[in-house]
Amino acid sequence: MNATGNTSAAVRLRVNGVVRELRLDNRTTLLDALREALRLTGTKKGCDHGQCGACTVLVDGRRVYSCLLLAVALPDSDVTTVEGAVRDGRLRILQRAFLDHDALQCGYCTPGQLCSALGLLIELAAEGGDGTAPAGAVRERMSGNLCRCGAYTHIVAAVTAASKTIAEGTP
Amino acid sequence: MTGGQERVDGWDKVTGRARYAGDHAVGRAVTAVPVRSTVARGRIVRVDDGEALRQAGVLAVITPDNAPRLAEVHDAELMLFQNHRIAYRGQFVAAVVATSRQAATAAARLVRVAYEQSCHEVRLSADHHRLYEPEHLNEGRPAGTSSGDFAGAFDAAPVRVDETYRTPAVCNNPLETHATCASWDNGRLTLIDSTQGPNTVQNVLAALFRLRTDHVRVICEHVGGAFGAKGAPRANTVLAAMAALVVGRPVTCSFTRRDMFAVAGHRSPTIQRVRLGAHPDGRLIALAHDAVAHTSTLRRFAEQTAAAARHMYAAPHRATSHRLAALDVPSPSWMRAPGYCPGMFALESAMDELAVRTGVDPVDLRLRNDTSVHPETGQLFSSRNLAACLRSGARLFAWAGRNPAPRSGRRGHWLVGTGVAASTYTADVAPSDAAVSVSVDGRYSVSIAAVDVGTGARTMLRSVAARELGVPASAVEIRIGDSCLPRAVVAGGSMGTSSWSWAVIAACRDLRRRVRERGGVVPVTGLTARARTDAEVAALADRARFSFGAQFAEVRVDADTMEIRVPRLLGVFAVGKVLAPALARSQFVGAMTMGLSMALCEEAVTDPCSGDYAQHELATYHIATHADVQDVQASWIEEEEHHLGPSGAKGLGEIGIVGTAAAIANAVYHATGVRVRDLPVRPASLLRAHRCAEPSPHDRGDRGNAAEQP
Repeated sequence: MNATGNTSAAVRLRVNGVVRELRLDNRTTLLDALREALRLTGTKKGCDHGQCGACTVLVDGRRVYSCLLLAVALPDSDVTTVEGAVRDGRLRILQRAFLDHDALQCGYCTPGQLCSALGLLIELAAEGGDGTAPAGAVRERMSGNLCRCGAYTHIVAAVTAASKTIAEGTP
Repeated sequence: MTGGQERVDGWDKVTGRARYAGDHAVGRAVTAVPVRSTVARGRIVRVDDGEALRQAGVLAVITPDNAPRLAEVHDAELMLFQNHRIAYRGQFVAAVVATSRQAATAAARLVRVAYEQSCHEVRLSADHHRLYEPEHLNEGRPAGTSSGDFAGAFDAAPVRVDETYRTPAVCNNPLETHATCASWDNGRLTLIDSTQGPNTVQNVLAALFRLRTDHVRVICEHVGGAFGAKGAPRANTVLAAMAALVVGRPVTCSFTRRDMFAVAGHRSPTIQRVRLGAHPDGRLIALAHDAVAHTSTLRRFAEQTAAAARHMYAAPHRATSHRLAALDVPSPSWMRAPGYCPGMFALESAMDELAVRTGVDPVDLRLRNDTSVHPETGQLFSSRNLAACLRSGARLFAWAGRNPAPRSGRRGHWLVGTGVAASTYTADVAPSDAAVSVSVDGRYSVSIAAVDVGTGARTMLRSVAARELGVPASAVEIRIGDSCLPRAVVAGGSMGTSSWSWAVIAACRDLRRRVRERGGVVPVTGLTARARTDAEVAALADRARFSFGAQFAEVRVDADTMEIRVPRLLGVFAVGKVLAPALARSQFVGAMTMGLSMALCEEAVTDPCSGDYAQHELATYHIATHADVQDVQASWIEEEEHHLGPSGAKGLGEIGIVGTAAAIANAVYHATGVRVRDLPVRPASLLRAHRCAEPSPHDRGDRGNAAEQP
């Protein structure tokens, strides 16, 4: 309950380019808002404690654990989920690379791995460099995304390959 | 790369379109959240649900005083709220059903449970007063075996190893927690469930709720990992069905990550004594493996920890035994390669110790003790290519010329070592049914109640059917993940592939025959062929059926901090015919990665005061992540297997985790001279044991370069 006694609040989010007006229980995390209010179930819940990375999405271009953020605290934020791939050519290339390298098994951590990889590529680009993601950097910077099936070596190969494809395609 | 063999459901998984059990519930079900016991042993005296019931959105509170009565089933973990007894901390004692998960979770905290607490015992020891020898192990295996005169032969053996190894409790922790959405319609129950076996869930839930089996339908389109934890229904499935009955609406129930440590099952901790007596040339004279594990007071889960020692190596005098202590802990259950995985850590560590004591190369030692018949029963093996795996692995890993002396492989700041261990797992097959249809326009449809838990079953079955039908894979649709489809064995025990593909191949062959009989013309109504493999499976020749493998590890240990890195893992396996190479490689590499995680990270410790695990989340229960995993390679040898059905395939989902931990621990010994017999291998165990510390170079440049490379 907030100071005015309301246990819910209105919030406006831009999700995958679409503005969504929601009224949410104040306790609702961004993850639950995406999954339950917006029915975008591509984003997964693995631990609800910010420890597994399955719920990774991008908020204003930065990768975040959506289970650790309250949706009502993110007014007018720009959210990208795995379903937003159609808008983002880079995510599309990452998806293709995941399939080519069989970088998934059960697929449950995959949306989070993909969003995390996209966030990583955005970070690397912002830091300068040639835009490619060396294996060592991928391993280190994607360690917040667990994969119990053990697809790590294939994920690293996929992200590295996708980063090259993206770098080559960027003028 | 996948060599063109992309997963059938790959695009659905990378786009977020693949729907898992919890996804199906969104928008159509209310939520049940359990209340869990805060004592480890005792009785529920009173449940006060008044305050919880007054909360907005709460529909019901289910307690032992008002729960619907269930019929008794074998697994007492499923008998939710049927009595007032507490068998372990974290057990479900009540549940709140509410219109939202937030409301149910908040109200569950307001349910007051009064307990009468008794003293609990949660720590396993080798001399625990509750230890007993079970009548038999899981799947009817004998608890003890012996042949020859082990005691006499061991005492007289020129070289002896007598050591005790310990493995901790470990938790499956698939990334998707168990989830169910249950709905009732005119006395029929439909469950969308995250399970390895829709038919198993169907049968157990029908028994619990006294329903006809065909009045229970279980659907599991996608499963977010399982590793044995979803091999049979768990409390979430029963709670969802019970709550849906109580409130008359669809109900979903998902385990939280915290729940997973208590109610999802775990691999029991073990204490294992291995004794090896050998000739000076390493040939075994006597071999004994004695295993101690825990189970719960609710369920006897007797894991086959010493089973691998029964068939791995020749030795005229031998014995195995198992003892269990029923502690006040959650029930252990299946986890990837049950028994064989912890058992082979002990046996393969002991073999390495024997190699050290005899001075025989560890690969040669295993080759010298290979056997062509089952050393206990005299049975022929259906196929056994341990030696080929060891030889192939040694070649690929460049093992030859290895200096066996511990601490001989120093590179800059790193102590470098290599180790080897053998792998094995059962290669079983079980009866299944399948149906294959063809439409007049040449589309094929294969139906079987199999499940894809991430193994690639859909893709594998499509490839098998297409090959058998002589059509492109794109002409074949695979329907799995529904108990309404032809009956199938659970996706577990490394027998899904051999069992399902047998039924599918039989149905495909029958369909082709029928089409031929009609002169190659498919009628407008289409044609369907069904197969059932019970008779063929029962008629299989008497053989010992196992898969084998060899794993090689390179480790680097920081000379100061004892941080352990694994720059290289290689596994070579003999698993019959490999039906889908890209998927097989992913499974081997994934299982070896889980083995690395077991070797270096994973441990659930029971707190003797609270009776609970000290770890119940992924911040304290560590599993290997990207930064822990470097080069992991898997390959296989060509193997002819004629005793497991027409596919010639042995299952391969489990063998990859067997032996990894021993290979790594053996490599750590080679690198550091410290033998770690208790998993996980941690820097602390090495620092404690490291008596002969030598001065280490603190040259920053040296250290910086080394840190780039591990």
